Amino acid sequence: MGHTLVEKILGRKLNREVRPGDMLTLPVDWCMVDDIMAPFAIEKFYEMGFTKLYDPDKVVFIYDHFLPTTRVEDVRQIKEADAFAKEQGIRHIHRTDGICHQLMVEKGYIKPGDIAFGTDSHTVTYGAMGAFSTGIGYTEMAAILGTGETWVKVPASIKVVIDGTLPENVTSKDVILKIIGDLSACGATYESMEFTGSAMEEMSIASRMTMANMVVEAGAKCGLFYPDEKTASYCGIETKEMLEALQPDEDATYEKELHYKAMDFVPVVACPSLVDQIKPVNEVKGTKVDQVFLGSCTNGRLEDLQMAAQILKGKKIAPYLKFIVTPASQKIYREALKDDTLEILSDAGAIITTPGCGLCCGRGGGILSDGEVVLATNNRNFLGRMGSSQSQIYLASPKTAAATALAGVITEP
Amino acid sequence: MGKVFRFHKDVDTDQIIASQYLLYPTVEEMKEHTFESLDSEFAKKVQKGDVVVAHENFGCGSSREQAPAVLKALGVKAVIAGSFARIFYRNAINIGLLVIINKELYYEVQSGDTVDVDLEKGLIITEKGSYPLAKLPKKMQEIMDMGGLIAALNKEA
Repeated sequence: MGHTLVEKILGRKLNREVRPGDMLTLPVDWCMVDDIMAPFAIEKFYEMGFTKLYDPDKVVFIYDHFLPTTRVEDVRQIKEADAFAKEQGIRHIHRTDGICHQLMVEKGYIKPGDIAFGTDSHTVTYGAMGAFSTGIGYTEMAAILGTGETWVKVPASIKVVIDGTLPENVTSKDVILKIIGDLSACGATYESMEFTGSAMEEMSIASRMTMANMVVEAGAKCGLFYPDEKTASYCGIETKEMLEALQPDEDATYEKELHYKAMDFVPVVACPSLVDQIKPVNEVKGTKVDQVFLGSCTNGRLEDLQMAAQILKGKKIAPYLKFIVTPASQKIYREALKDDTLEILSDAGAIITTPGCGLCCGRGGGILSDGEVVLATNNRNFLGRMGSSQSQIYLASPKTAAATALAGVITEP
Repeated sequence: MGKVFRFHKDVDTDQIIASQYLLYPTVEEMKEHTFESLDSEFAKKVQKGDVVVAHENFGCGSSREQAPAVLKALGVKAVIAGSFARIFYRNAINIGLLVIINKELYYEVQSGDTVDVDLEKGLIITEKGSYPLAKLPKKMQEIMDMGGLIAALNKEA
């Protein structure tokens, strides 16, 4: 009997066959620690009696939630992380480069087949590269920092097959939102999701990252794309060995299979305040919004900004609307500067902020007050997520965000 | 014996402890804001030995370990839910907070009811009846038995 991709990735690390339900102790290739969790992980690391990191070169510290700091207390977190990094000789540290999940891929840390853990639930993003990656708490991170390994239960898998070509006004964000709506917020709990079919093969790495990023909203442990030539060229690695070793077998067993025709997708939103409350944009069109947010580890990449710029070129956003644009990394910021994307967005009336998590976690510029409505491209619309618990969050694609910014009401692109 | 605090489906980690409180230096300072958006009096009302009962998918969302940590710090004896989001579940075990999967209890109790979790007998006992506790996988039970991952690692060393 064949193996799914997650079984292949995990088995390959241990040089043996693994099956769903097996408890494994796995060596870890990457530990990603963000600024919110660093001080807590460091405290637990010492409480456990460790004094030295298992391997400082496998650890990446990324400051993204708190930068630029908005409260004086935030500085403490950064200082504690800095002191630890210095003491332990951590070389991979990003203080102002952007959002952690974007950087783990963009900076070339993650390669197909890697095992990565991060102190943030959206660590699942690296599944876009065919890596096994998932979020953990700070106590568990402390244990990995000290030992270099952790235990994992091999998950069962859900296969999602999407064939054909997506309609022009649909993006990978609409696709993943629709799938989450179909599965529900706990429909993939503990499981691995695999995305395949011609529509997935067509997708850019950036679009795949958007989808992998959100599998946790259906409860999944990881969400994987099959590494292909695009992955290989992005990572700068040899294709052949990887293509052979990191593909699922044809006779692999899946707990569930979902089949879609790409042409059937329409632009959708996740309605307040549940990520699985999905409706076609047309069903909520005309809903007045106070703010539009384009950014985050879900949709802050160059192609996302470009999609919005294409719709907004030469136009102005609706009066009284706040349109906040946050590139996911400094690299993306500079690229968008060079190709005039930022100029177009700025001309249209956007407030362009420095890369970071900021608004998505209710910390940075643009937090919402009572009664405000936002249409946002990030991954969670939980109560109070982006400010007041009396505000309402609709999640949508960058194209829907741009069309909505233009009209001031929710609008199909 | 403790009192039941009953919550709905898909209680997310932002509802357990909102992100603006995560920058507090200690869990002790954060715990006053537990469940603030759902029940602003929760932290004042809850007492040692009380039990949180919820529908499916408790603890969905972020990887913040502060979510199980504030519940433990407030003295919550156990969280009993129809199902848990995986990161919350794993974090709870790592810090030694008792998490119990039970699909019936949510329908059987109301907030304020009395409930007891008897680990020796392996039973959840309510005014109406008792329910057997499901067994944890061996690796998790070992961590729980030692009082969490820190204790478990200290013992190994």
